[in-house]
Amino acid sequence: MRIRVDPDKCQGHARCYALVPELFDVDDYGLSTVVGDGTVPPELESKARLAIANCPEYAIEETAD
Amino acid sequence: MGDTRAVEHWDTDFDVMSPDYVADPYAIWDDLRRKCPIAHTDRRGSTWLPTRYQDVVDLAHDIEHFSSTEISVIPFEGEPSDDPVLLYGVPPISADPPLHTWTRRLLLPWFSHRRVESYEPMTRALCAGLVDGLIAQGTADAAGDYAQQIPVRVIAAILGVPASMSDTFTGWVRDVLEFADDPERRLRGVEGLIGFFVEEVERRKAEPGDDLLSDLLHSDVDGAPVEESVVLGVAALVLIAGVDTTWSAIGSSLWHLASTPEDRRRLVAEPELMPVAVEELLRAYSPVTMARVVTEDVDFGGCPMHAGDKVLMNFPAANRDPEAFEDPDTVMLDRALNRHVAFGSGIHRCAGSNLARMELQVALEEWLARIPEFRLAEGTEVTWAGGQVRGPRRIPVVFP
Repeated sequence: MRIRVDPDKCQGHARCYALVPELFDVDDYGLSTVVGDGTVPPELESKARLAIANCPEYAIEETAD
Repeated sequence: MGDTRAVEHWDTDFDVMSPDYVADPYAIWDDLRRKCPIAHTDRRGSTWLPTRYQDVVDLAHDIEHFSSTEISVIPFEGEPSDDPVLLYGVPPISADPPLHTWTRRLLLPWFSHRRVESYEPMTRALCAGLVDGLIAQGTADAAGDYAQQIPVRVIAAILGVPASMSDTFTGWVRDVLEFADDPERRLRGVEGLIGFFVEEVERRKAEPGDDLLSDLLHSDVDGAPVEESVVLGVAALVLIAGVDTTWSAIGSSLWHLASTPEDRRRLVAEPELMPVAVEELLRAYSPVTMARVVTEDVDFGGCPMHAGDKVLMNFPAANRDPEAFEDPDTVMLDRALNRHVAFGSGIHRCAGSNLARMELQVALEEWLARIPEFRLAEGTEVTWAGGQVRGPRRIPVVFP
């Protein structure tokens, strides 16, 4: 599983970082990015889905590869 | 005072200050969502009240038609921007781009995750001290004695103003937000706040400190210093927005836990659930409703909205919409699918959301660590405030 944050949609709610700090980073303005290249270790897949399901801006998506 | 006639028709003549609505808006929203999802009233000027999640989100994202220059749920008789001291209102919340964009950029680093983590030890010590002071009594007002005492002191520290004035700050903020229907009281709150910050700004010109107010005053934007009117507006906003809101969320959450033993025990037994539970409590008891003003005639959701109409951004109702949340009136502490908009949506996402979330979590943790068992006191009444900010103002609890 691999995820990305769409910078055009992210408004800095930082819900992903609050719930799953293992997978996300936030800058001083609240904008989120994925840690590394966004590859999710198998043991964190359910947490990645939790972050996706908590983003009010639909900014986190699972990428194809 | 506004029009205080009893409401007979919520779809065409709603009143968010009606005692029925303040006490229990949930049934009213349910009814409206089925019959007339965007209600209207002419009380306090032509105003619309959306109740569906998708409508509220779409409105928040359409900043061209729905401006933030009038954000008060109870319109000012003369918006605060008419005050010559607050030429620019209280940006970024009361501004559209471009003013919104650069003032928000000044403010956000003060509420970043990194900064908020540095405020956590102070918040934890404050909460622990408050509970320690209550515990021997076996009884407390969880709103007035606890929830109300927390955010105002954290905000005072961030702004660099004396925590000893906390009760005064709380009084001004309540005058502005909760008692907005009383023009004299509201004016007293605005004048108190502004007069105070005018003096604080003067002091910092001579002696800058390591605080938000000094930082704003000594910031350059595009090579020019920030105008004093903007500094005053941002400072007033931080105090107004950082006090009633979070206190209300802490109070509502404690009220929920006092009246729902199974959730209380579950949080005590499963502390790792706290981050998810905090989001669910924010969803179920979202305190804040903001307003927008229509910039040009527009049809929205089949409603003929006219330039100058107000639209109430009903985030609390959006978060109870069954189209967006399964069984929305049930608090599920482990709710996984939860795109709540308690902190708004779009470019005006609450700038202090990281701080609010930390304060709520720490306040609940420190209370539950010392008072894991508590319940509402029998024969006493819980009172609620509503309008712009909804939350309990008195929660008598006992912890035998």
